[in-house]
Amino acid sequence: MTGGGEARPAAEDRRIGPAILEMRNITLRFGGVTAIHDISFDVREGEIRAIIGPNGAGKSSMLNVISGFYRPQEGEVWFRGERRRRLRPYEVARQGIARTFQNIALFQGMSVLDNIMTGRLNLMGASILAQALWWGRAEREEVAHRGKVERIIDFLEIQHVRKTPVGRLPYGLKKRVELARALAAEPRILLLDEPMAGMNVEEKEDMCRFILDANDEFGTTIVLIEHDMGVVMDLSDRVVVMDYGRKIADGPPETVRTDRAVIDAYLGVAHG
Amino acid sequence: MAETEVPRSIPALLERNARRFGDRPAYREKEYGIWQSWTWAAAEEETRALAMGFLALGMRKGDHVAIVGRNRPALYWAMVAAQSAGAVPVPLYQDAVADEMAYVLDHCGARFVVAGDQEQVDKVLEVSARLPGLEAIVYVDPRGLRRYDHARLNALADVQAEGRAGRQRLEGELAARTAALGPDDTCVMLYTSGTTGRPKGVVLSNRNIIATARATCGFDRLTEAEEVLAYLPMAWVGDFIFSVGQAYWAGFCVNCPESAATMMTDLREIGPTYFFAPPRIFEQMLTSVMIRMEDAGALKRRLFDRSMGLARRVGRALLDGRPVAAADRAAHALGDLLVYGPLKNTLGLSRIRVAYTAGEAIGPEIFEFYRALGINLKQLYGQTEASVFITQQPDGEVRSDTVGVPSPGVELRLAESGEVFYRSPGVFVEYFKAPEATAATKSADGWVATGDAGFFEEGTGHLRIIDRAKDVGRTADGRLFAPKYVENKLKFFPSILEAVVFGAGRPFCTAFVNIDLTAVGNWAERSGIPYASYQELAGHARVLDMIAGHVEEVNRALARDRMLAGCQIRRFLVLHKELDADDGELTRTRKIRRRIIEEKYGDLIAALYGGMDSVYTETEVTYEDGRKGHIRATLAIREVATAAAPAVRLAAE
Repeated sequence: MTGGGEARPAAEDRRIGPAILEMRNITLRFGGVTAIHDISFDVREGEIRAIIGPNGAGKSSMLNVISGFYRPQEGEVWFRGERRRRLRPYEVARQGIARTFQNIALFQGMSVLDNIMTGRLNLMGASILAQALWWGRAEREEVAHRGKVERIIDFLEIQHVRKTPVGRLPYGLKKRVELARALAAEPRILLLDEPMAGMNVEEKEDMCRFILDANDEFGTTIVLIEHDMGVVMDLSDRVVVMDYGRKIADGPPETVRTDRAVIDAYLGVAHG
Repeated sequence: MAETEVPRSIPALLERNARRFGDRPAYREKEYGIWQSWTWAAAEEETRALAMGFLALGMRKGDHVAIVGRNRPALYWAMVAAQSAGAVPVPLYQDAVADEMAYVLDHCGARFVVAGDQEQVDKVLEVSARLPGLEAIVYVDPRGLRRYDHARLNALADVQAEGRAGRQRLEGELAARTAALGPDDTCVMLYTSGTTGRPKGVVLSNRNIIATARATCGFDRLTEAEEVLAYLPMAWVGDFIFSVGQAYWAGFCVNCPESAATMMTDLREIGPTYFFAPPRIFEQMLTSVMIRMEDAGALKRRLFDRSMGLARRVGRALLDGRPVAAADRAAHALGDLLVYGPLKNTLGLSRIRVAYTAGEAIGPEIFEFYRALGINLKQLYGQTEASVFITQQPDGEVRSDTVGVPSPGVELRLAESGEVFYRSPGVFVEYFKAPEATAATKSADGWVATGDAGFFEEGTGHLRIIDRAKDVGRTADGRLFAPKYVENKLKFFPSILEAVVFGAGRPFCTAFVNIDLTAVGNWAERSGIPYASYQELAGHARVLDMIAGHVEEVNRALARDRMLAGCQIRRFLVLHKELDADDGELTRTRKIRRRIIEEKYGDLIAALYGGMDSVYTETEVTYEDGRKGHIRATLAIREVATAAAPAVRLAAE
């Protein structure tokens, strides 16, 4: 039998499909500052795609472009073979792109369960009145949604805090709840903004496992920003490297790791 | 009646239960936030499907099947399915590291492993290169395992599906193998952790398990209406007896928690009627109640204190069915409405009919707290080798300092040294592949040495366990000396963290005491005693006064006991440092290492017996980062009053 370490197959064996998301020549300016300068890359269905770069490289801005929060001045976003129109962020969410935030954005006073349930709002169809009266379709829907949410609670191993208000949870668990809420939306693409920031080694390992398992189990395509290079190299199938708003490298981790421009950007050569 | 014949094996009991209790719940497990349940009929179907799947995988008669994971219905089915197929289930501790697991898997020559989840599968894969006999791994939870190489890996659901699909082909073979199982066939093999050496595989036959389950279900009148919570390790003999032996004999329902972390919530939701927990768990529950009461408002606190005072006075008498004054009875009923009932409900203990604790000494206050609430908490004394039960306490004869009378069918005898020997239908067959160890433990006519020393109490005939037999000795004047018994009594005081008692071959007994910094520190703060360090606090005259008071109290209790009156402590000192595993004074599980302490602190022992009233000492200590240092101290030695042993036993208390 093979050892445990080799049991997880390399990326090539996994079902990675064609590009689901394409960023074409994106340029984003804030007044005179160009945050993103003519960047193009794609994300294939089922892969884990990392965006890395030093502070201020424009990574979070790029994530905000994907989520529809920022509208680029130039360039096109193609999602599932169609050019994306100008959309509000909630419309993007409805298309199947969910995200977590660098600074936790949960409802602190609500229970873990209720927080995760909010992730399914976009999938609920009953009218406000029916929901308020909890009658007919609203009731049936809630039961079905609760079932899905319970599966995610089980998946992320947070059963013991199901009814605990989020505000009382430690940081690492809050991050996990945020991931749960994003997964509850059953996204096609999951955007993770520094999912391991501020975590200790053990929490990081747990989070890595959850991200890999979510990708494995639900086939969710994942785009993540992360500072911890070890994590990025272990997790991702392909990496985009940004520096000062420009793309300086793009490819599998082992290629990117040895790329001259990347090493310079990280180790810091004198920028002339 | 056909039912009068005793079923010959656990699978035969399963068949009987499916017929007799077909619609009653056999298993529940909380999953996805809801209690999922299986009736006995459903459990039989699941188990048979799995057993046929095992046959399809090539399981042979006499194969060993290791089972490792948290308590889940599917793993219990796997144990019974393996038996049905003529194989031997070997449950393993799920927190064992891969190396420990490798030893057991190799020792029993397991051909199959049924693992709960990815974590367990990974451990088995890690050591699989060293296990040429290992054929296949079956897992319950597919999470994270989807992309593993499945050449020898199977999902349990798939194995069952295969079994169901092959019913026509496999049914006959399975029926034949199940029918062939007799009382002398192995029911289960359990590895005992053991304090020394490698774990030993204790082989228990169907007769052992069924006879024990039958006798003990009768003892406590357990019926199919009981509910238990299966949360203790499946590899522990107790879980096998409670969740398989007795559950199958009586036909009651086994409830599996959602995860280890949700155990207390699940306990409350299920409200078991029959419950086992080690003293540690009862202690934790009591602590959580006390902490919450401290935070409660003044009215609630007063109500609680008054009600508990009443409960301590009359609760036990009510529980034991002794007469209680009408006014107390009425007050108790009110207390039940306002305090005891809600409290038991919060703890998940409202419906308890029988609860047991065992494994180590339970503090009398803790024990009395639960008894006073009206929870029928009792003690038992047992071993893996005995299929658990050696002695247990009958209803109405429950005390914190005995372990009860011999369980039905158990014979007991005491050796000259005080060591307890037993013989019963539950006595194990053998240690697997270790005939010498078997012969050393079990005599040809079936008597087993427990390794524990004890004595029967005059009048009641209850057994009292005092210490490990090897630690029991005699004082110079020939009186019984049982250090651990005395140390436990001292440690029941919150201000005493550890105690080491000396006296074997000496004219009288003496003790080292370690104070509990948290408890004594709190006390010092409240009493306005300033201190700068552990050492200063430990040497403070008022702390010594307090400890002396505790020692005297223990002496008074010991004096009441004719057998142990010789263990009274005459002189003691409070150590200037905490006994520490890093200094080799304790084991990692916090048991004291007598020999090492005796050697290291020889000067202090000499002072205790030398009649001085203080002693100067230097001790080497190891800091957490591995550096060594010395602490110097002058320790005061205190003399305490001992009580004369009464010539005749006084009436209780």
